[in-house]
Amino acid sequence: MTVTPTKPAETLNPAAGGKQAPSGRKRGNGKQLLAIWLFLVPAAVLGMYFKFIPMVEGIRLSLFKVQPFLGDVFVGFDNYVSVLTDARFMDALGHTVVLGLTQTLGALVVGFVLALLLEGQARSLWVLRTAIFLPVVTALAVVGEIWRILYFPTPDGPLNSILSSVGLGPLQFLNGTDTALWSIAVVGIWSGAPYNMVIILAGLTGVDRSLYESAGVDGATVWQRLRYITLPALRPSIVIVLTLAAIRSLRSFTEVYVLTGGGPAGSTEVWMTRMYSLGFQRNDIGVASAAAVLLLLVTLLLTVGTQLLARRKAQR
Amino acid sequence: MTSQTSTPTAVRKSRPSASARFDSALGWSPRFGTNMALRMMLCVLVFCIFALPFLAIISGAFDRNSSPTEISLLPKTFTLANFEAAQQQGLWRYLLNSLVVAGGGLLLQMTVSVFAAYSLSRRKFRGQALVMLLVLMTMMLPEEVIGIPLSLVLGDLPLLGISLRGTVLAVILPVGIWGFSIFIMSEFMKEIPAEIEEAARLDGVGEFRMLFTIILPLCKPALGVIGIFGFMMVWDQYLLPLIAANDPSDYTLTVALSVLRNDTTVGPGVLLAGAVMAMIPSLLVYLFLQRSMIRGITSGATKG
Repeated sequence: MTVTPTKPAETLNPAAGGKQAPSGRKRGNGKQLLAIWLFLVPAAVLGMYFKFIPMVEGIRLSLFKVQPFLGDVFVGFDNYVSVLTDARFMDALGHTVVLGLTQTLGALVVGFVLALLLEGQARSLWVLRTAIFLPVVTALAVVGEIWRILYFPTPDGPLNSILSSVGLGPLQFLNGTDTALWSIAVVGIWSGAPYNMVIILAGLTGVDRSLYESAGVDGATVWQRLRYITLPALRPSIVIVLTLAAIRSLRSFTEVYVLTGGGPAGSTEVWMTRMYSLGFQRNDIGVASAAAVLLLLVTLLLTVGTQLLARRKAQR
Repeated sequence: MTSQTSTPTAVRKSRPSASARFDSALGWSPRFGTNMALRMMLCVLVFCIFALPFLAIISGAFDRNSSPTEISLLPKTFTLANFEAAQQQGLWRYLLNSLVVAGGGLLLQMTVSVFAAYSLSRRKFRGQALVMLLVLMTMMLPEEVIGIPLSLVLGDLPLLGISLRGTVLAVILPVGIWGFSIFIMSEFMKEIPAEIEEAARLDGVGEFRMLFTIILPLCKPALGVIGIFGFMMVWDQYLLPLIAANDPSDYTLTVALSVLRNDTTVGPGVLLAGAVMAMIPSLLVYLFLQRSMIRGITSGATKG
């Protein structure tokens, strides 16, 4: 989730590096080496069966027209063409991007505001932070059910009655084609912001307090303090938050599936829900696999891109 | 790993309170006044937005006539009837499924991670960089991305010809491998000084005992971290239990909620009871392992 993978070079063992073992034992003897590889067997077997075989199989299937009992027919890149020319997939792509951007930026801003508000040592703040973190810990499916009830679209539904008390009309929320996507985005922000809050709070503890003090002596306003001291110090945390959220939102499935299932009238269909309905409900496995491979490629590009960016920054 | 986050705190505590004005980015003042009142009001608002929905759901689960249009913070007529009705809907069975999957999956994941991390962090061997790369790749291959072929594999395990579908193993085994846990664990193990290990080796301690009696006891905080994140990851699974099931009776609790919702014969009270049941285990794990949680989040973030 929050991992910034290190360079493979860093994974070299510090125990063996540095001072070379005086006994001349550099790579360990044969028995030790055997033990090392044996320790890797469980991970290797599980990874093979449940990650890499499916990945290879998915790439293979994406090149075939998959027909149960009739045999698969090799069709080359036809499946990719059907994905890229399918209007519903393109709509889904648009929704994925809109939802991803809104959720990512919304959760970042809200998380930042929460962190600024709840920064401090007081025990009451700590209790409040614990309470606010609940949405992150709760399973997404449960969060979805909670919000389906809050979004109940009659005028006396929980959120609508709050809205009407401040003079706003009842909204359709998840049932309206205009409001459904935004309603999902709000749920995403609600459940994602506290996570960002913790990352940003951790970043805030690293800010040099004496800078605040000298800025105060120089008569800087609170806004200037945020702009010139806090934000630059938080840049690494923010970069992490943004990439993680971007990658996560590409494959967001559970909340959309639970909240709307892609409806109403396809107005909230995202890449994953479209893929799911193609692959599991309409059994169009070839095309769905092609969509999955495309998703994998984009994720890969995003991850590698961030890695390069992070590494360049680290060298500076 | 987390030293960055703890030192500034200690420094700040020892300072005189006169400089408290410069403690936070917004310069919150600890003294009573408009500043404090504003902060308290905002805190109350934030609490309402993030925590009140949970109270409303819990109250609805214990309310006799709960309906989405009548949600309150305290049940009007307290009852356990919703939970009894939930039992008739087989919710306990779903909860059992969930607990078996979470327990088994987490245990497997932690074991696999500890073994793999030990190899990757304490030893040097040929092909290590490649293994690490593959480990990191497992993080990029979540169930969503490989869902379709994964469901085929679960139905017919290559070479073995076994079908896992409809068994708890179909969920437990795939969640057993997670690059995040391996990565966090090996990062932590790297920081254990080599001298401890060398001393043990002089005493003729073998690899297995080295791991379990020397290294692992020093890794308790990291076990907490991968425990809580692993639990959340397993408990949050939705697509995997969905595609691994033969029929709805194999569902985990989180997936079963949607079955309940679409069943018009059960009221919203039962659905809420199910939601509360699905919330409680993650709540307990969170409350017990909170510190580890913060450590886990920040260890990834502050490294960038």
